[in-house]
Amino acid sequence: MISRILANAAEGEAAPNPLLPASYDLLWSSVVFVILLAFFWFKVLPNFKKTLDARTEAIEGRLEAAEKAQAEAAAKTANIEAEQAAARAEASQIREAARAEGAVILAELKEKASAEAARLTATAKAQIEAERQAALISLRAEVGTLAIDLASSVVGASLQNDKVASSVVDQFLADLEASDNKAGKKN
Amino acid sequence: MLFVATNTEESGGGFHAPSIMEFYPEIVAFEGTPFALNRIMLIRLLVLSLLVVVFALWTRKFQQANKANNFVPGKFQLMGEISLNFVRKSIAHDQLGEKDGDRFLPLLTTIFFVTLGMNITGIIPGLNIAGTSVIGLPIVMAAAAYVTFIYAGVKKHGGHFFTAALFPAGVPKAFYILVTPIELLSTFILRPVTLALRLTMNMIAGHLLLVLCFSATQFFLFNAEGAFKLFGAGTFVFGFAFTLFEILVAFLQAYVFTLLTTVYIQLALADEH
Repeated sequence: MISRILANAAEGEAAPNPLLPASYDLLWSSVVFVILLAFFWFKVLPNFKKTLDARTEAIEGRLEAAEKAQAEAAAKTANIEAEQAAARAEASQIREAARAEGAVILAELKEKASAEAARLTATAKAQIEAERQAALISLRAEVGTLAIDLASSVVGASLQNDKVASSVVDQFLADLEASDNKAGKKN
Repeated sequence: MLFVATNTEESGGGFHAPSIMEFYPEIVAFEGTPFALNRIMLIRLLVLSLLVVVFALWTRKFQQANKANNFVPGKFQLMGEISLNFVRKSIAHDQLGEKDGDRFLPLLTTIFFVTLGMNITGIIPGLNIAGTSVIGLPIVMAAAAYVTFIYAGVKKHGGHFFTAALFPAGVPKAFYILVTPIELLSTFILRPVTLALRLTMNMIAGHLLLVLCFSATQFFLFNAEGAFKLFGAGTFVFGFAFTLFEILVAFLQAYVFTLLTTVYIQLALADEH
């Protein structure tokens, strides 16, 4: 049929039917199509796919690396923060300890001061007592001498009167005794 | 030979009306053999070489990038990637998913770029006729699509592919008298026929329209008298508009042919068969 139409066409008797391909038309069409199909199939598309795959891989690899770097940075930040917190805690602990120590020292000093004060007071008291004792003793000695002087003078003047003299001496002795008793009681 | 003679006669004188003979230009070599070459066959071989050269250059870029571990494409490489990705992503992956899409990608890519390259010659000055405007190439591509979607179905579902296609599930048995011939016609006969015819007829119609517009312009400007010359401007504007329209049609038909092939494959792979 095709050849008939071609023949007709060649003779110019009838227009060819555009729905029916000429043999050369089919042949060249097939040549073009097959060459390009093979070209795309075995040459263009495999290389294209390789390029795309390599790019996808590269992008994924880089994303992964970026994620890793980010995670590392986050870990580092966390570390630093933890260190900071630890340092802060340590500092406050040291401060606290120092404060406590200071309080202890202060208390100790206060105690020492009060002990010193008590000691000073006690020393002063003892000294005063000793001085009082010394004064008492020297006073008693002096009073004795004075009394003896007085007595000797009185005795010298009044020995003429025996009666009086004897009563004075008696009186004096009695007094002395009494004062002795007093002093002994005191001591 | 005779047509060429009549053509020259017509263009010498009056109005050259477009005819179907536009698509059967003079055979320039190997006349009478299946290797006969005419203008359209030569245009096809030219498009073939251009496609091979352009995609070989792009492929070389891909290879260089692979070798150099360079993951950032340059402008030229990016153009190739966008072109190839149009078929890969917008057509194959969208319809078939990544796995099956990549399986049938060579056929789909070839169909798309062959159709686009052959269609676009219809508006390229000096070529002026689409390589797809004679039916041989559309028939070859439709046959490839036909074989491929039947292969896809049989590979996946075995003989069940045919029974499922001809005796759809969920239809009462009595209706198979009606349904089965319709399914047979629509799935196994009309699909490839419409694929081939849609493309060819679009290109033929587009070419005839352009010839009409521009030969009318020629006629009005050089053969018409007085005020009729003004019509020439009008027909020229129409011719220009249709040229732009033909660019759109060239892309659209390439897209439609590829998309329908993909859809047929997808239907053949679908599980509800």
